[in-house]
Amino acid sequence: MSLIVARDLSVSHGRRPVLSHVNFSIEAGEIVTIVGPNGSGKSTLLRALLGMLRSSGKVMKKPGLVVGYVPQKLALDRSLPMPVSSFLNLPKPHSPAAQAEVLRRVGVPDVAGQQVADLSGGQLQRVLLARALLAKPDILVLDEPTQGLDQQGEAAFYQLIETVRAETGVAVLMVSHDLHVVMSASDRVICLNGHVCCEGTPHVVRDAPEYRALFGQGTQGALALYQHAHDHAHHDCDHDHSTGKDAANAG
Amino acid sequence: MLDDFLLRAALAGVGLSIATGPLGSFVVWRRMAYFGDATAHAAILGVALALLMSLPIWLGTLVIAFAMALAVSWMSSRGQSPDTGLGVLSFSALSAGLVAISFAPGVRVDLSAFLFGDILAVTRADLVLVWAGAIAVAGLIAWRWSRLLLSTLSPDLAAASDINPAREGLVLTLSLAVVVAVSLKVVGALLISAMLIIPAAAARQVAMRPVVMAVTAVLIGWAASLAGLWGSLQYDTPAGPSIIVASALIYLTLTVYSTIRNT
Repeated sequence: MSLIVARDLSVSHGRRPVLSHVNFSIEAGEIVTIVGPNGSGKSTLLRALLGMLRSSGKVMKKPGLVVGYVPQKLALDRSLPMPVSSFLNLPKPHSPAAQAEVLRRVGVPDVAGQQVADLSGGQLQRVLLARALLAKPDILVLDEPTQGLDQQGEAAFYQLIETVRAETGVAVLMVSHDLHVVMSASDRVICLNGHVCCEGTPHVVRDAPEYRALFGQGTQGALALYQHAHDHAHHDCDHDHSTGKDAANAG
Repeated sequence: MLDDFLLRAALAGVGLSIATGPLGSFVVWRRMAYFGDATAHAAILGVALALLMSLPIWLGTLVIAFAMALAVSWMSSRGQSPDTGLGVLSFSALSAGLVAISFAPGVRVDLSAFLFGDILAVTRADLVLVWAGAIAVAGLIAWRWSRLLLSTLSPDLAAASDINPAREGLVLTLSLAVVVAVSLKVVGALLISAMLIIPAAAARQVAMRPVVMAVTAVLIGWAASLAGLWGSLQYDTPAGPSIIVASALIYLTLTVYSTIRNT
């Protein structure tokens, strides 16, 4: 059965409708990316699916579904002392060995003793991912997870997510507006602008007139460029594991 | 040998600190200081109602403080500016309480005891109330610690982990009402917030982990209670404010210490 299914989902902020009549589902092991212009309701859709805000319509989660959520940002109040090791233990404690392993994996092996508030943007994104992975999730939900990462870090981040998916079969639902980086890493792309404009494999969406209308022809070149780059990276990844590891540690 | 009343006063301060340490830490982390004030001010209205209806004072304050806390959290969840709304509610409740008390029949009421506490007049029954309330609140917070902490850190992360942040907020709201109800006799409506905030803020200067901060705040509360009572006896000063002054001095000392250490 699907991990999360939404039927006729609508959300408004005050009187302004943000999402109207969205149907959505994601299967085990699937990578689904939501793209759309600013204010198109991408984050809102994620938050509504996870029950973080009030919505009309129906959202059904598979019973016992474990969600690993990586928010767009985390504003930590300075009044709350919170070292990374304590943060990773929320809400459930994990052994120091498990913590060390996952921190190494996401490429920040030395931050366990640091205060979360002292981390750089890139380090914080990785720690948030580490925390999400520790829960052994059935689905990773990532809301523009590469903010604060440089290009290299960004590529490594997505590569890591693909590796994790290959190893554990975790489903991935992410929001992004780095079209060219993300699109071909996805099994399915949902193009959102208050409603679902179009949906399908990256190729189908790229060629859809609705998508062209939103993003113009300009992205064509970048997308083609990326597809090439991505295929190339994938090739490396398949045959030479050290590439993936280096990349994960980069940044 | 300690006088009996002094021993009871010390036990009341120590008992109360068991709850104000962890609860105060959450008040600081969630920036609920003014929220605590409003709840405490509402307690005066609770006193008035209890007197008018011949109910136990603690019951009247508990009910009104809880109602106030609910109203305030409902208001802030509606996205209204908490600042102005809190001010209106807080001072209306305080003043309405003071006005209503003047209608209370029979015994003349010592207002300052409710505003500033009367820790030296704490009875055995008061002590039972303070300890029972404090242990209940500390136990509640210990039981839900991770959930409360994650909800405080990020309601979204909590929701994604199947924790209802609104329910955890309610736990703190209820705890606050209980602490206000049992501590009215000890430090009074005007100083309850100080008892919550100052030890926790002092603990923040030296604590690097959440649980350490909560425990340190308890220890500081104990030290401040004992030192304040001692000072009050020594210099014949009012006991409740003396305890707050003692905790303020601890705050100052730790702030200077941590500033020097970090430079």
